[in-house]
Amino acid sequence: MLKDLVFLGTAVFTIASAATVAFSRNILYSGFALLGTFAGAAVFFILLSSDFVAVTQVLIYVGGVLILVLFAIMLTSKIGDMNITNRSINYKIAIPLLLLFLGMLTQLMSGGSWDFGEEKFQSMVVPIGNGLLTEYLLPFEVISIALLGALVGAVVIVRREIK
Amino acid sequence: MQQLADKLIQHCALLQGLPHELTYLLVEIVFGSLMLMLFVAPFAGIISWVERRVAARMMDRIGPNRVGPQGFLQWLADGVKSLLKEDIVPSSADSFLFRLAPYLVFAGMFMAFVSIPFTSRVIIADLNVGIFYIIAVTSLVVIGILMSGWASNNKFSLLGGMRSAAQIISYEIPAGLAILVVVLMSGSLSLQEIIKAQGAHPWNWFIFDNPFSFCSFFILFISSLAEGNRTPFDIPEAESELVSGYSTEYSGMRFVFFYFEEWANLYLIAAVGVTLFFGGWQIPPSVREWAVGVHFVLPHILEFATFFIKAMSLVFVIIWIRWTLPRLRVDQLMAMCWQYLIPLGFVMVLGTATWIVLFPQGVPLVRYVLFSGTLGLFGYFFYRVVFHLRYTKAELQFNPFV
Repeated sequence: MLKDLVFLGTAVFTIASAATVAFSRNILYSGFALLGTFAGAAVFFILLSSDFVAVTQVLIYVGGVLILVLFAIMLTSKIGDMNITNRSINYKIAIPLLLLFLGMLTQLMSGGSWDFGEEKFQSMVVPIGNGLLTEYLLPFEVISIALLGALVGAVVIVRREIK
Repeated sequence: MQQLADKLIQHCALLQGLPHELTYLLVEIVFGSLMLMLFVAPFAGIISWVERRVAARMMDRIGPNRVGPQGFLQWLADGVKSLLKEDIVPSSADSFLFRLAPYLVFAGMFMAFVSIPFTSRVIIADLNVGIFYIIAVTSLVVIGILMSGWASNNKFSLLGGMRSAAQIISYEIPAGLAILVVVLMSGSLSLQEIIKAQGAHPWNWFIFDNPFSFCSFFILFISSLAEGNRTPFDIPEAESELVSGYSTEYSGMRFVFFYFEEWANLYLIAAVGVTLFFGGWQIPPSVREWAVGVHFVLPHILEFATFFIKAMSLVFVIIWIRWTLPRLRVDQLMAMCWQYLIPLGFVMVLGTATWIVLFPQGVPLVRYVLFSGTLGLFGYFFYRVVFHLRYTKAELQFNPFV
């Protein structure tokens, strides 16, 4: 009962902040509203009993991505004078895409069972750790090499050429 | 806390009618607010008085000594004064974000207190992801600071907010690496499990476990100082350049929220340090057995006292550093983080991992050597202090209540 209430409240909050991100005229407000979306997603992860993913969500998205987005917005000069382009919506492309997406969602939702029963909360830290270092070691290493490549690439792009 | 809630449900007929989740929620809310009112708020207040007194002694001044005995009630007077001030929002500020920012800063700091242990049983929520959770929620503070900097519509505020955010997200990396060292050694993210993996005696603490963890503590301590915007890393509010940084336009109670966060954060820095490296609330098993025999509350009082004394020693060191060292320049600050602390942090993580593989049981000799070496350094420090006090009036230097 209580869980349903928390879920509904969080869902409304998340969708409202997502709508603010999409429709706000002020791009900085969009940035700050992203905080609500990320926090709401973290609550969903907790409700699905994956505490580790929830905290990672907050750490990576709120503590990293969102701050960098805000930084980028604040460092852009004359951001207030810009014309915000999201007032013009291309209906001809948007509506078919939306219908397609909704169709896919209903297909997915009608597929499996949504009754999880009364499962007890279980910490996911140990299973995730064990999984990463045994069964999924190769994907884990490949991703870390890809991230290292991205990091080195960013440094190369930013670096000033010394002649 | 869950055991307590279960007991309450058993013994209280009124609660049996309610769904259990609701009772848990109520218990958490009640204890959360109790801790805020009875521990965090008085602590932040009293530490502001302590800091002013210590600062004054270091500058050969007296400090606030009028309100109450030795000025002890100064923090109450300051709080009441701030509450009575007019609530000013600058006319050109973004009033919604301007009002929201102090609460975000405050909430980010206070949410971290949820998983800070006080004794072996007293903790609001012993989360499985405890230390990870603390790093994550404190990033809310950065959002609040950026928000206040932008919403004030003031160049000094904006610069302060940006500097602060850049500094905090940079120093999160060495702090995370140093915490990773402890997680490697304890094999858990839960703060209580980390404390249980250490012993009561200093040579069983994680800081003296191996040379790498010894260095990691200092990496964590320096990074925490930078994340807490404390001198020598207080460039976000450098008063010689930025008036007061992101809090320039704030006044009254909103201004107090920022400083409340800063002083409560002192305890947070110290508590995390004590939990990870200094054995937390651990007391020797023999003392514990004796205490259990006397009264069942006594071991908890002893554990709390142990934790609190260790934390307060660290808090004193932080205050001491603040009034001793000059402020770093922005480029020096970033160079220190990216060129020195982060590479060093990686070395410490790899070194600890190797150490654990080579010596799974630890090396007692290394522990004793590190512990006695530190003790020797302290001894030499006190010898030098006494040496320099030869010709001064000792009672003037050592009496804090002149």
